[in-house]
Amino acid sequence: MNTSKRQKQRKVLLMGKSGAGKSSMRSIVFSNYVAKDVRRLGATIDVEHSNIKFMGNLMLNLWDCGGQDGFVENYLTHQRAHVFSSVAVLIFVFDIESREFAADVISYSAIIRALSENSPTAAVFVLIHKMDLVQSRLRQQLFEERAEYIRQASEGFRDTVEFFPTSIWDQSLYKAWTQIIYYLIPNARGIEGLLRELAEVVDARELILYERTTCLMVTHVTRGAEGQNPFTDRFERISSILKTHKQSMAKHTGIPAGSANFAEMQIKTGRFMFFITRLTENTNLAASIPPSEQVFNAARVNIALVRPKFAELDIASKPRPAVQQA
Amino acid sequence: TGRLPNSKAGDGKPRLLLMGQRRSGKSSISSVVFHKLPPSETLYLETTTRIKKESMHSFMDFQVWDFPGHLDYFDPAFDVDNIFEEIGALIWVIDAQDEYLEAIMRLNTTILNLQHSYPNINVEVFVHKVDGLSEDYKGDTFRDIIQRVQDELSDHGYENAPVSFYQTSIYDHSIFEAFSKVIQKLIPQLPTLEALLNSLCSTCHIEKAYLFDIMSKIYIATDTSPTDIGSYEICSDYIDVVIDVSEIYGWDRPSENGDADLQETGNNDAESLITMERKGNNYLYLREINKYLALICLMGDDSPSEKKAVIDYNVGVFQAALKQVFPRAERDIVVQSPS
Ligand SMILES: Nc1nc2c(ncn2[C@@H]2O[C@H](COP(=O)(O)OP(=O)(O)OP(=O)(O)O)[C@@H](O)[C@H]2O)c(=O)[nH]1
Ligand SMILES: Nc1nc2c(ncn2[C@@H]2O[C@H](COP(=O)(O)OP(=O)(O)O)[C@@H](O)[C@H]2O)c(=O)[nH]1
Ligand SMILES: [Mg+2]
Repeated sequence: MNTSKRQKQRKVLLMGKSGAGKSSMRSIVFSNYVAKDVRRLGATIDVEHSNIKFMGNLMLNLWDCGGQDGFVENYLTHQRAHVFSSVAVLIFVFDIESREFAADVISYSAIIRALSENSPTAAVFVLIHKMDLVQSRLRQQLFEERAEYIRQASEGFRDTVEFFPTSIWDQSLYKAWTQIIYYLIPNARGIEGLLRELAEVVDARELILYERTTCLMVTHVTRGAEGQNPFTDRFERISSILKTHKQSMAKHTGIPAGSANFAEMQIKTGRFMFFITRLTENTNLAASIPPSEQVFNAARVNIALVRPKFAELDIASKPRPAVQQA
Repeated sequence: TGRLPNSKAGDGKPRLLLMGQRRSGKSSISSVVFHKLPPSETLYLETTTRIKKESMHSFMDFQVWDFPGHLDYFDPAFDVDNIFEEIGALIWVIDAQDEYLEAIMRLNTTILNLQHSYPNINVEVFVHKVDGLSEDYKGDTFRDIIQRVQDELSDHGYENAPVSFYQTSIYDHSIFEAFSKVIQKLIPQLPTLEALLNSLCSTCHIEKAYLFDIMSKIYIATDTSPTDIGSYEICSDYIDVVIDVSEIYGWDRPSENGDADLQETGNNDAESLITMERKGNNYLYLREINKYLALICLMGDDSPSEKKAVIDYNVGVFQAALKQVFPRAERDIVVQSPS
């Protein structure tokens, strides 16, 4: 079981009732759509496959499974083994506005059963979606109630299933997907260790590693007082800022969104200095450092120097055993 | 902050009046432009029942008066002089998605009424909510409205009325762009600013330079090369990036409280630069000019990205010149010194 090609593939099922918002989030996270573009999407017929290269060695094999009853029926019967075997992650999407929550949960249970038969070691993430449609003061409570109810119907995954409230209209989408991706990244620990060393060397307050195409965070290191930064959602906020910037550049210059990348962004103020620059083929590194030109320049030089080390990690690494083996 | 204490009303602050039919979008416009309300949340705004006066403190102070739609502005009970005396611009909002004949009628009555006592008022017509319309329909509606207004005014013997028309929506940048143009007419220093920006552009090979009001993202001047909305949008989105990141990392750090003055050599005016990956693509430069204004430049292909010192120097010169043009910075000092 070494680093053969097959092992780098991770099968990810995206399921949930028709209209729940699966294809919408997929298009935003992986295909450079903005939230208002998703109105153009039609219902998904059967399964739409996409292969998404992520961090060099990781290939997400995403199955966006159309949620109309007839299709689901088919997944559970004729295609049961085909759909549910060798799954690394199941992402199940609930529409918070659904009028038939109980029925949605029954359908979820049936899928959970098929999953535990065919891929007992898979991880399950449940997204409770379209939270923007709920008044903000009611959100948390409603989310918790629904999550608890769904947990009870999760059978063998009851203790491990994770829940996220999401909406395509704010950064909650990025928060959820960041966690999912983190789970899938092989060797996240190794990357983190290297990042921590780098942060010490360049005296950074914070370093954040972002995947380049999706702008999702891979991991981060926070030092000293920055740990008290009151913006605890800053990692996904920056994801969303980067993504928006990319789209803005694409839209107004006519460059396709996929290639509207900046080489570097710098911001210098009296309170902090910040830059984001390309680290490896698939990652950008964001650094927040003290407001000093010297530290700033030294940090940029040092980061340029460690690029090859990170490049190694990016390309060749071992899969996380927990995901693949029982 | 070093703001002038509010002196009595009407101390020369230009006044922007927002008028038009009920539900035409006046309150939405003022909330989105001046209070950063997300456009989708304007659905929950309540009908305005009284004149809402707001003061904006920026590079120059001005007031925005949001009028309820149903008011008869020339009702004798209404203090016309008090309303129109200090006015900078009358912004008339017409809902392009609705029947607009009555709106036009009232607009024309208003213009004709004002013509006698206040002939110099700029009338700015916002043909609003154009986001819901197809391109063709949008153009037809716009032309139709202009035609009807002009025809009727000339029927009353009023030719060449100082009326301008804009297509606007709160769902994109058009409302900011329209406001920018309205405000620029109220800035007496505009020609000087444009000349300064022109000279900066030619010395540094800058393709397009904007002077932005940071808070509202209205641009108060640009160089005189042709403007397209695309460049404005890039620059305006770029301010958001810088503001958002600055909010996240500009928080009050515990260690700073004690020895804030001993801070290291950081820039006090924020500065930012984005270089694009593909050669030949433009890059972006932002420099905070003072508390209110930021200079944003789209750099041309041949602008000296390596020679940043040249840019820094010239921007410094520009900044110094601007201090002379704009009394604002001086005023701040005057207020601060006696305290
Ligand atoms: N308000 C709100 N609407 C959303 C959100 N996400 C998606 N939608 C809307 O939900 C509708 C259905 O989205 P899709 O992504 O096509 O749904 P799907 O789950 O892929 O449906 P199937 O392909 O039929 O299974 C679209 O009209 C989206 O605009 C959200 O976060 N908030
Ligand atoms: N589609 C669209 N709707 C708008 C726009 N501007 C305002 N609206 C909507 O028009 C309605 C009336 O707006 P409001 O500001 O209360 O109107 P007012 O009575 O003139 O102050 C609200 O539901 C807004 O959301 C726009 O640019 N496009
Ligand atoms: Mg779909």
